[in-house]
Amino acid sequence: MKWLAPLAVATAVALGLTGCGDRPQVVQYKQGTYQGKPDTPPYQNPPYNGDRAAWERAQATRAQNQNEYKRTN
Amino acid sequence: MARMKFLCDAERCIECNGCVTACKQENDVPWGVNRRRVVTLNDGQPGQRAISVACMHCSDAPCAAVCPVDCFYHTEEGVVLHDKDLCIGCGYCFYACPFGAPQFPQQGAFGVRGKMDKCTFCAGGPEPDGSEAEFKKYGRNRLSEGKLPACAEMCSTKALLGGDGEVISDIYRQRVTMRAARGTKSGPPWGWDTAYGPTQSAAGTMPGPAPAPAPASGGKS
Repeated sequence: MKWLAPLAVATAVALGLTGCGDRPQVVQYKQGTYQGKPDTPPYQNPPYNGDRAAWERAQATRAQNQNEYKRTN
Repeated sequence: MARMKFLCDAERCIECNGCVTACKQENDVPWGVNRRRVVTLNDGQPGQRAISVACMHCSDAPCAAVCPVDCFYHTEEGVVLHDKDLCIGCGYCFYACPFGAPQFPQQGAFGVRGKMDKCTFCAGGPEPDGSEAEFKKYGRNRLSEGKLPACAEMCSTKALLGGDGEVISDIYRQRVTMRAARGTKSGPPWGWDTAYGPTQSAAGTMPGPAPAPAPASGGKS
């Protein structure tokens, strides 16, 4: 029965390490073989002039206008 | 980075078609083309529901997969757009799309199809942002003005939500938990069972198992 403890530890380590194989599941859009004209990001032109953070703040504020629990309280 | 999505709360949609009208007005959509429409499910039966449907801007868009001229692209925000200068109006995307989003202006007698037109999430197209050419081909580019799609922002009951997927999911989740906390006698949100299987309790936030509306037996638009 002396081998039982090392076996249990080895199994636990092996199971624990399986988590290391977990990959981030963030969508990365591939443009495939798009043949058309290139597009610019929506924050590229006035009024944002390339300020992506400002554009994202504006979007977040705008999105919260759809939450009436926040609008009424 | 935002992942732009639409979400329609069927418990709130009153089938007013305000979203359809807002879309047509904002983008100057031609007669006969409906980028967005309201679909009634189980019409006239108990459990009737209405949902507003347009392009869902799929992460893995089947329209893009079948396009023979590769005119579709994803923006950084996950919006599916297309280049009308490349589109040949073949209609493959219409058959591939599970939501019937691609629309074709029909002019002339023999069913001649024009170039495909669809919801752009009010993000215009590959023409210069805010230009007249962009407006004529794709409609208004509200995203570049820091705004959200007109349909969602116009929705009177806020049934239709649009914006960053995480943000609108949070808004919807808050609603559902509020309904459950109030003890509203309603089943799980419409479509919940279809998407996630029979409701037991999703992290303790869903109301208990209640008979969900019967599956759709057809619809009218």
